[in-house]
Amino acid sequence: MPELERHSFDVLVIGAGGAGLRAAIEAREHGMRTAVLCKSLFGKAHTVMAEGGIAAAMGNVNSNDSWQVHFRDTMRGGKFLNNWRMAELHAREAPDRVWELETYGALFDRTKDGRISQRNFGGHEYPRLAHVGDRTGLELIRSLQQKVVSLQQDDFAETGDYESRLKVFQEFTVTDLVLDDGRVAGAFGYWRESGRFVLFEAPAVVLATGGIGKSFKVTSNSWEYTGDGHALALRAGASLINMEFVQFHPTGMVWPPSVKGILVTESVRGDGGVLRNSDGKRFMFDYIPEVFKDKYADNEAEADRWYADPEHNRRPPELLPRDEVARAINSEVKAGRGSEHGGVFLDVSTRLPAEEITRRLPSMHHQFKELADVDITAQPMEVGPTCHYVMGGVQVDPDTGASSVPGLFAAGEVSGGMHGSNRLGGNSLSDLLVFGRRAGAGASGYVSELSARPVCSSEAVAEAERVAVAPFSGSDEGGENPYTLHMELQQAMNDLVGIIRKAEEMDQAIKRLDELKRRAATLVVEGHRQFNPGWHLALDLRNMLVVSECVAKAALMRTESRGGHTRDDYPQMEADWRRKLLVCRLPGADGPGASVEVVEEPQIPIRSDLLELFEHAELQKYLTADELEG
Amino acid sequence: MGYQGHFRVWRGSDQGGGLEDFTVEVNEGEVVLDVIHRLQATQTPDLAVRWNCKAGKCGSCSAEINGKPRLLCMTRMSVFAEDETVTVTPMRTFPVIRDLVTDVSYNYRKAREIPSFKPPAGVAPGEYRMQQVDVERSQEFRKCIECFLCNNTCHVIRDHEENKESFAGPRFLMRVAELEMHPLDEADRVAQAQSSHGLGLCNITKCCSDVCPEHIKITDNALIPMKERVADQRYDPIVWLGNKLFRRS
Repeated sequence: MPELERHSFDVLVIGAGGAGLRAAIEAREHGMRTAVLCKSLFGKAHTVMAEGGIAAAMGNVNSNDSWQVHFRDTMRGGKFLNNWRMAELHAREAPDRVWELETYGALFDRTKDGRISQRNFGGHEYPRLAHVGDRTGLELIRSLQQKVVSLQQDDFAETGDYESRLKVFQEFTVTDLVLDDGRVAGAFGYWRESGRFVLFEAPAVVLATGGIGKSFKVTSNSWEYTGDGHALALRAGASLINMEFVQFHPTGMVWPPSVKGILVTESVRGDGGVLRNSDGKRFMFDYIPEVFKDKYADNEAEADRWYADPEHNRRPPELLPRDEVARAINSEVKAGRGSEHGGVFLDVSTRLPAEEITRRLPSMHHQFKELADVDITAQPMEVGPTCHYVMGGVQVDPDTGASSVPGLFAAGEVSGGMHGSNRLGGNSLSDLLVFGRRAGAGASGYVSELSARPVCSSEAVAEAERVAVAPFSGSDEGGENPYTLHMELQQAMNDLVGIIRKAEEMDQAIKRLDELKRRAATLVVEGHRQFNPGWHLALDLRNMLVVSECVAKAALMRTESRGGHTRDDYPQMEADWRRKLLVCRLPGADGPGASVEVVEEPQIPIRSDLLELFEHAELQKYLTADELEG
Repeated sequence: MGYQGHFRVWRGSDQGGGLEDFTVEVNEGEVVLDVIHRLQATQTPDLAVRWNCKAGKCGSCSAEINGKPRLLCMTRMSVFAEDETVTVTPMRTFPVIRDLVTDVSYNYRKAREIPSFKPPAGVAPGEYRMQQVDVERSQEFRKCIECFLCNNTCHVIRDHEENKESFAGPRFLMRVAELEMHPLDEADRVAQAQSSHGLGLCNITKCCSDVCPEHIKITDNALIPMKERVADQRYDPIVWLGNKLFRRS
């Protein structure tokens, strides 16, 4: 066996999307020798898929906006289950993070007076999303990527080596974290290209690995979204919260089959697009929930007036939070009022002039034209819900991103709490920057206070290596094909723990997952370790299975409906449940029979000055009587 | 609806390889990448291909289809006749790693050679003011998804390995133009475009613009205007005379 490649850094960042890159920039600026490890090429992370914008209360378009209003909207969107401190930090710091991007070279669309333009989005009271047409994620990733290069150029000027302080290891997968007496000591993984194993020794790891969507059949997520960070954290002994909350974006493409699930940006609705059923009816007026009745228009005339005069009219119901819209579409289709391919119609062609559509929504225009032969300036789009985002993730300290495992930090989609039970559109990109920066600083602070560096033991490394090569030595008889297993997992999660859930189906899902876990132990892959996608999938499956188990078990326990968790058998939201977090852990993580444990823990009460930002009448809808008294 | 399609896919490594024939199911509405994935799942589990978003936004799945540089995810099967053989090969300008995956590190090296955005001195974050019409010029170039198909097709490096050292390729010459046209960038980038990044090697055949999946007018809007600025600076007779008289080089 060739000698193991080894590197030593102060801070390792796993993931090179918005949160990972912002964390790496911060750690490097704190003087840490920093490495970024990413599964794809540098600059291809899933953040590029974000379309609509980045939410920040800059007040450029409506000066009534402020961090307090943004905080309120975020808590409402998450049905008050959010970690209030995260929601507060996020709302306060998002504007600075956006302005900082301009110093990296980002070019947002402008207002008439030359400031950053902001657009309307679901659940946001004022126009709040900084944007670049409908390719905001690309702008964000490119700006951060170019900032990384800029720092590397500074280091080159000083040391003669571009990578002396900040190095990107691309097309590299981490399979396990290495611990020393319960603390982070490093990470083990392989080059996707060569299959060679590498050990990174580092006292701090920032997880920024994104989400879990590849466990579902219909998803807007790419192959990278296999819950790696969630699983690494679990196996290291950290806990996950809110895993029952999975966001189904209301508008994914439904046809042709090969693009089913690909995202159609919420900006289509923010800019005037409406949803219609097969009778041509704007059905969202029938789905305004009680808690939102005073904020959303109940007739078309008022809804249409809102675009020009938001002060005196209520918002169109197409702009309700995503969970509401997704459920409404689901109901229309179930009631037989869907489109030919099982979706509903999203129409902007009758709402805006063609040239305005191509200017504001260029990539949607391009996407539908090239992939579905649909001209969105002349025809409606067919859309339906698609698995988009997981609200749940690693339980962290809001200020530093620290998990319960010393040296392990998390930021972005892989962390949990910020979005409560449902994330508002536009709050993801801002989350990445605010908490990416905080986790980078948190990790740097942790490392500088260490007196001795933890050590990666040779036994731990040998074990990580054994697990990674296991799929090559599986028995030939009855050996499972990773592609088949993956398809079965996706089907089970989609059918049994999808957008509408009930107890017996989730029971079935848990049994199915158990069986899949057993079969996964006999996975066999062909070929060798050099760029072998079958092997990569086999290793990713281990993560998808454990994360799916968290989702299914937590979803079964939460006997209410809230945000991204809808129970057919418990359709009401219960104030008592708002005070409870479901916490997932993996005891005996090293053993083959390890199984996820979910326990109820109390939610931290909201700080009183933040509670005072809401009307009492509104709080009554969410809080229990004794909370309101106190 | 579905039919059995004929595919010819290049398989191999830096040690060599060749085209292999496959017969594989093709369904309505699919793109070439779907068929490549079906090959992986049913016949060749270790077929190497890069991809991510499957929606033409990340620029990972660049390859050559029937000899034309294209994104696998944005090439619909309906553009081919059912009895047509579809040949998929890796990008030719970059060294092969395995099958359809190439070593694109040239592009990351060139990206580092372009001096970064130089923020305006004395303007605090949040105080940047720019007009939409002024940012639109650079915004067009920032639509680039870095699929590197333009660099792959550019004959300056496709047919002349030796030019890779001195030529940044259309992608990164466009990056120079983007920064040069950024309303607030404070660096002067014109002289370097010619001297360090090889702008002079481009002879505006527009092959790069033709293959750009984002339909960016690379040649017309980035390269030619940069060439004009170089011409203005380097070949202006009065500047030339002044340089001679005052012995500036």
